[in-house]
Amino acid sequence: MTTFIQQLINGITLGSVYALIALGYTMVYGIIKLINFAHGDVFMVGAYIAFLCVTYLKLGLLPALIISMIFCALLGMLIEKFAYKPLRNSPRISALITAIGVSLFLENLMQLLMGADSRVFPRLVNEKNYHLFHGKVVVNNKQIYLLIITILLMLLLNFIVKNTKIGKAMRAVSQDMDAARLMGINVDTTISYTFAIGSALAAAGGVLVGLYYNTINPLMGVLPGLKAFIAAVFGGIGIIPGAMLGGFSLGVIETLVSGYGSSMYKDAVAFALLILILILKPSGLLGKNIKEKV
Amino acid sequence: MSFAASKTIKIGVNLELSQAVAQYGQKELQGIKLAIDEINQKGGVGGKKIELVVVDNKSDKTEALNVATRLAVRDKVLAILGPATSGATKSAASAAMKYKVPIISPSATDDTVTVDERTGKTKAYVFRTCFNDSFQGNVMANFALKTLKVKKAAIIYDASSDYSKGLSKNFKQTFTKGGGKIVAEEAFARGEQDFSSILTKIKNKKPDVIFAPVYYDEAGLIIKQARELGMSIPILGGDGFDDPKVVAKAGKKYADNVFFSAHYSSQDTDSKVQEFIKKFKKKYNTEPNAFAALGYDLGYFIADALKRANLKFDSIAKDRERLKTAIENTKNFVGVTGIVNINKNHNAEKSAVIIELKNGVQMFKQKLNP
Repeated sequence: MTTFIQQLINGITLGSVYALIALGYTMVYGIIKLINFAHGDVFMVGAYIAFLCVTYLKLGLLPALIISMIFCALLGMLIEKFAYKPLRNSPRISALITAIGVSLFLENLMQLLMGADSRVFPRLVNEKNYHLFHGKVVVNNKQIYLLIITILLMLLLNFIVKNTKIGKAMRAVSQDMDAARLMGINVDTTISYTFAIGSALAAAGGVLVGLYYNTINPLMGVLPGLKAFIAAVFGGIGIIPGAMLGGFSLGVIETLVSGYGSSMYKDAVAFALLILILILKPSGLLGKNIKEKV
Repeated sequence: MSFAASKTIKIGVNLELSQAVAQYGQKELQGIKLAIDEINQKGGVGGKKIELVVVDNKSDKTEALNVATRLAVRDKVLAILGPATSGATKSAASAAMKYKVPIISPSATDDTVTVDERTGKTKAYVFRTCFNDSFQGNVMANFALKTLKVKKAAIIYDASSDYSKGLSKNFKQTFTKGGGKIVAEEAFARGEQDFSSILTKIKNKKPDVIFAPVYYDEAGLIIKQARELGMSIPILGGDGFDDPKVVAKAGKKYADNVFFSAHYSSQDTDSKVQEFIKKFKKKYNTEPNAFAALGYDLGYFIADALKRANLKFDSIAKDRERLKTAIENTKNFVGVTGIVNINKNHNAEKSAVIIELKNGVQMFKQKLNP
């Protein structure tokens, strides 16, 4: 039982990272139906910005986190403006290919600027372990930080989407872009803000991963990016609570697969899950089945 | 310009200079360059300077083969130094055999690098200047049984790495033969960062020791995550642990009670070792690790073979053949990492050292001869 609880804790930690990245995927998809494959790389850039802030400017965790989120928000807007906006009326496949291009561009640019080798992320918090159940279950303070910061950011996002003007505009654009425009909503600005918010969340994920694993490298966004995409589809792409649910479930499932089966199967299980969901319920766990009207 | 008329002797370098295990390749390149610069300053070999043609294989097996082919065919090098890792060297070996150009790895330790798995025959053009994994696996298993006096071991290995698979197999053989028991054997795939779930599983089986024959990136993470889960048992590894990043990633506090086999220790008081450290520091302003030392030795090793090869510069194929014979006949070559004798399987017979990490500091523990 204690082993199961320990595995669950391991899984939730991993899952909160997926959830943070999945939120960005889901928001962008919800608004302009674009799968932003560069999103995982924004996550990587976020980790590097925090790394630079901490190493060279000697900042603490919170300022580094905020600077990294702001930087990536701007980066997200920039990517949207130069890579996606000119293609907004092109076929869906063109935008997808551009997204892959942006992804490769960011990966290689970072390898050029920072070197291809992995770097050690500085220790920003003093590691502390808490022992539960007579020492059989261990939780460390970084796992707690990871979970708390993830939940706080999700609550903030929920607040923005539900209670602010820009959130209202986002929801309107996601329902019908043309109708929203007719109602006087500035669609371009709204899309821009969506990229900004999604990218800021990915940056936060990157910083937290750097903090948790102490390791960052220019390709660190590739696999988590794919996994977060699966998480977003799993929960129902375009649905914010779905991304959270998908992220946490994927983290826990992966951990249980490697904890009770073999670590070699966990990626296979993640991708098998994606295929299964696409066959059984293409709209995802929380998605509604909308009938196409003819 | 014909081959005979060229003023330099071209030697290819095929190393992991970027991506996953860049640290090994970069350190080895620094070592090789230091050695070749020294040799060239003293006039080179037979009046000709050695010219290095350096190409990055991006820590990728397929790329390592492409690089070897390019060096052999387009750049027309006499021999190729590298790659650093076993998988990449095995892949490059097929180009060496096809184009009959000798390749020498400074650090590929997997047994099947120089010997064909199926036929058991030595690959004619493939050499290494380090010990192999049968030796390294033996050393660590015996160290666990005799020095640490433990009976139950858990193994964590990288299923996508020939080095990791080979080393865990050799450790397992010697450890079980010596009366030990393997209580858990867990594999992971390249690029893994989260080991907490497999470590939790291992913790449940209550081993006395963990053997993790992995590269430095994973080594640091495994040590750290094991300690965070409250496992304080000794963690053993191979020469892949010999990098400052292991301590940086695990943290000083956690990089304790860790033991690994290595090619050399900077604490060795041998004058040749200390002189090398001084020269390396002067040139690069950092401490050399074992890979830098292996690279440095390889530079002198190839120069030594070139000197003995009696090159005629009539045809590149013939000169490659002369060089290959000279490498095969290397006896008592004295390097920083020990005395090298090339045996019939094209392996270097030499000693290993065991290094302990104590609060993040490398301590020389013992030296073992073949």
